[in-house]
Amino acid sequence: MAALSTPLDVHEPNSTTEAVVDLSVSDVRQLNAALHAPDVAEKVPSWRVTHPDGRHSIAVGLDAEVSVEIDGHVGYYCAGMNKSATVTVHGNAGVGVAENMMSGTVRVRGNASQSAGATAHGGLLVVEGSAAARCGISMKGVDIVVGGDVGHMSAFMGQAGRLVVCGDAGDALGDSLYEARIYVQGSVKSLGADCIEKEMRAEHLAELAELLAAAGMSADPAGFRRYGSARQLYNFHVDNASAY
Amino acid sequence: MCGIVGLHLREPSLYPRLGELLTGMLCQVTERGPDSAGVAVYGDPRWSPPGHASVSLLPGTTTPDEVATALRAAVPGVAVVDAGQTLVVHAPVDVDTLVAAVRTALPDLLVIGSGEEVAVLKGVGHPQLLAAEFDLAQAQGWQGVAHTRMATESAVTPAHCHPFSVGTDQCLVHNGSFANHATIRRELVAGGAVFDSDNDSEVGARFVAAQLAAGYDLEKSLKLLCERFDGFYTLLVSTKDSFAIVRDAIACKPAVVAETPEWVAMASEYRALAGLPGVEHARIFEPEPEEVYAWQR
Repeated sequence: MAALSTPLDVHEPNSTTEAVVDLSVSDVRQLNAALHAPDVAEKVPSWRVTHPDGRHSIAVGLDAEVSVEIDGHVGYYCAGMNKSATVTVHGNAGVGVAENMMSGTVRVRGNASQSAGATAHGGLLVVEGSAAARCGISMKGVDIVVGGDVGHMSAFMGQAGRLVVCGDAGDALGDSLYEARIYVQGSVKSLGADCIEKEMRAEHLAELAELLAAAGMSADPAGFRRYGSARQLYNFHVDNASAY
Repeated sequence: MCGIVGLHLREPSLYPRLGELLTGMLCQVTERGPDSAGVAVYGDPRWSPPGHASVSLLPGTTTPDEVATALRAAVPGVAVVDAGQTLVVHAPVDVDTLVAAVRTALPDLLVIGSGEEVAVLKGVGHPQLLAAEFDLAQAQGWQGVAHTRMATESAVTPAHCHPFSVGTDQCLVHNGSFANHATIRRELVAGGAVFDSDNDSEVGARFVAAQLAAGYDLEKSLKLLCERFDGFYTLLVSTKDSFAIVRDAIACKPAVVAETPEWVAMASEYRALAGLPGVEHARIFEPEPEEVYAWQR
């Protein structure tokens, strides 16, 4: 890690274990460099970030069991590539929150912009409000629980993981889906290519109950429908050759 | 990539702060478009005094004094306001009269906006420096739109900058790129339209102007644009009484709207809205694809 040109202005007003970083004073690179310190989990396991004011790339690339509470709205790619850390945004998140997350938990108390949880491999992303277009695009193993609605093309090309939507889903849900499982409580505007409704069996109710509990959502699993891949796009069908 | 911001004020006590608020918003989207910038301000008393028509011009090497001299005989009471790479001319006459006088007396100068309410200022350079050049922070009024440009489709010159204001008191800013603009340009030209640049966004502005001229309202005009245009777009379009937003069917070009009883604001990114008074209580949402959002004065 390169040395910082100026020291990070860290305040510890309330306790010896919570560091407070004010982004109206410090910059995001300084914050992220401090969060990337090899011994951060032992020395300062709890962080609070104030005045984020929609700045991009806050708390990206974390690789330690730390907790980061962000007081306000964040810009693009917040908590991207997260591993092990717990990041909570007390506000709205811009494009690509928790994109490519590997593990840990990211919680957005407000709404998330498009491509929330894009390509994420693992961990839990909770959006308490609604998520915009392409939520969980190309998801590869992440669990995403959305308290409100999701926009169009959500779970597009999803390969693994679970997407739970307590509200409604927009157009083309699960388009070109591989193997991710989708649970929606409300209405689905339209299903994408090769996405179909599937039977809700006991094991699905059980995993949904687990996901809702992990996310702290009180919805009843019995009110959800399950969607998944019809698996018709896996291989080229020779009957379609004339179309090319 | 480009940056868009817009602010439609409902609360008259905020009118004196329009320029200050718009400057703060513009500077937050600098990184989205560092090559040039432009603004449209509705109701500023320096550029658009009540009872006067205004014409915004790109003067090139013509000085403000030369512009004033050229217009004085034909337009009594004409005044020229220097705003850096842009000049604003206003006079106590109707808009068509002033535009015709400018085009006759100064045929080589490009008219970039006209109306009773709107002044359009644009130029090449760093958006923050341009805001200072325009003296934007001192502007007053009830509505403003600004754009920072990262050119992808055409040259970096003042004439290629947004906003495109091609009808009286109209203004359009665009983030994205139109795929079929050349086809639509040919159709508009066949219908009599005259273009000022080869910018694809100008085709959008001329298309909207043609629909408004045909009698459609702004909402219907933008729905027709969605039907006709292929490509990526987040558009913010304003007129003397409306402020409207539309995104293409894919909606990958960002847009966030915040609304309070005092104002409606739109920006490419939330951080441009973060400094607005009362934003912590605003209703914040992202516009849905191909849905027109319009607010009336």
